[in-house]
Amino acid sequence: MSTGTRSTANEVRRLVEALPDPELPVISLGDLGVIRHVAPADDGVMEVTITPTYTGCPAMETIQGAIRAVLSECGHPDGRVRQVLSPAWTTDWISADGRRKLADNRIAPPGPAGVPLPVRIGLGVPCPNCGSAATRPQSPFGATRCQSILVCTACHETFAHMRAT
Amino acid sequence: MPVEAAETVTSADIAAYALRLGDDALFLGQRLCEWVTRAPTIEEDLAMANIALDLLGQARTLLGYAGELDGTGRSEDDLAYTRTERQFRNCLLVETPNGDFALTIARQLAFAHYSRLLYTALAESADAVLAGLAAKASKEVAYHCLHAAQWTVRLGAGTEESHRRMQEGVDRIWPYVPELFDSDELVRRLDRDGTGVDPARLRAHWDESVTAVLSEAELTVPAPRWRAGGGREGLHTEAFAPMVAELQSVHRQYPGASW
Repeated sequence: MSTGTRSTANEVRRLVEALPDPELPVISLGDLGVIRHVAPADDGVMEVTITPTYTGCPAMETIQGAIRAVLSECGHPDGRVRQVLSPAWTTDWISADGRRKLADNRIAPPGPAGVPLPVRIGLGVPCPNCGSAATRPQSPFGATRCQSILVCTACHETFAHMRAT
Repeated sequence: MPVEAAETVTSADIAAYALRLGDDALFLGQRLCEWVTRAPTIEEDLAMANIALDLLGQARTLLGYAGELDGTGRSEDDLAYTRTERQFRNCLLVETPNGDFALTIARQLAFAHYSRLLYTALAESADAVLAGLAAKASKEVAYHCLHAAQWTVRLGAGTEESHRRMQEGVDRIWPYVPELFDSDELVRRLDRDGTGVDPARLRAHWDESVTAVLSEAELTVPAPRWRAGGGREGLHTEAFAPMVAELQSVHRQYPGASW
């Protein structure tokens, strides 16, 4: 195969970063900050390095499969997906664009990761529907691993909040 | 003068250590899954499932690493599904039956605080895989601590009945706590080498943080009675065999099945 048919690392990166997150399809993998590197490895094989949001995140296998499909389409059928745990993913890596897309879809985006845990699970998160700050946690440790459910005492809507980690 | 320079940590040592930590996470995760559809509220079904998922994620990394290092080439699935009871190295705390919700919360309180201290220390490990896993896991188990502490206070400082049950849960779980902090030749060797953590040095911190929660919950720290032990040598409780059988049942009927 001529090298002309194989996309460059930058082209692969642009495509994998545009893939939707399987659990929150309103944001892309690039927005989420899970794509760490895209570069040929020492053996010349194109390698995409990703970091899981949580060690047990059930979406990781779907994400890896979608990335492998992109690698194949880009002329890298032997391409690899490598998972690294360090440095640990943090919600601080979610892009400004990603936060805006979450809010537009009524998922309150995470605050900074450095604040105390009770705040990170949702105390004081404003309602994405009416803007009221009079909200309270309803399901602080779910629905999914990365989200809490809150309820707004002003408009009575429940909404999801992506927890800072 | 002790001749510590002559001692070397082998891959087999790190594998044995990763196996202990991985088995702890695997079986506590399995126990917590038993709550799904049975917890007091749907929010707790979700919380238990999410905490179990973190533990399963940690177990997968640790067991996969153990199989890679011990020279047998066993995968995480081989280690979870094809070992027999005596080959598992988890502490006895994680296999104790769920009991009522208060007992499970007491077990969560004890284990989450232990693992937070352990993983925080292990994040400094000279072994890059253990350090990476620990840095990730310490953030996850911080949530487990918060979950357990909130429930301990809610039940302990709640009604007369919830207080009685929470105290009973703590009393029944506490004999399994000392084993978490047991030191042996393996962990001391790994600790001196900077690869692992001797849990004995975490005990004072654990006492401090757990006592603070119990006191806020108006609960009493139980006086030492008997103590459990033997899990690290593969000696388990009566409740363990049915648990292993359930964990491995699908693999036994359909070896290698995937979906």
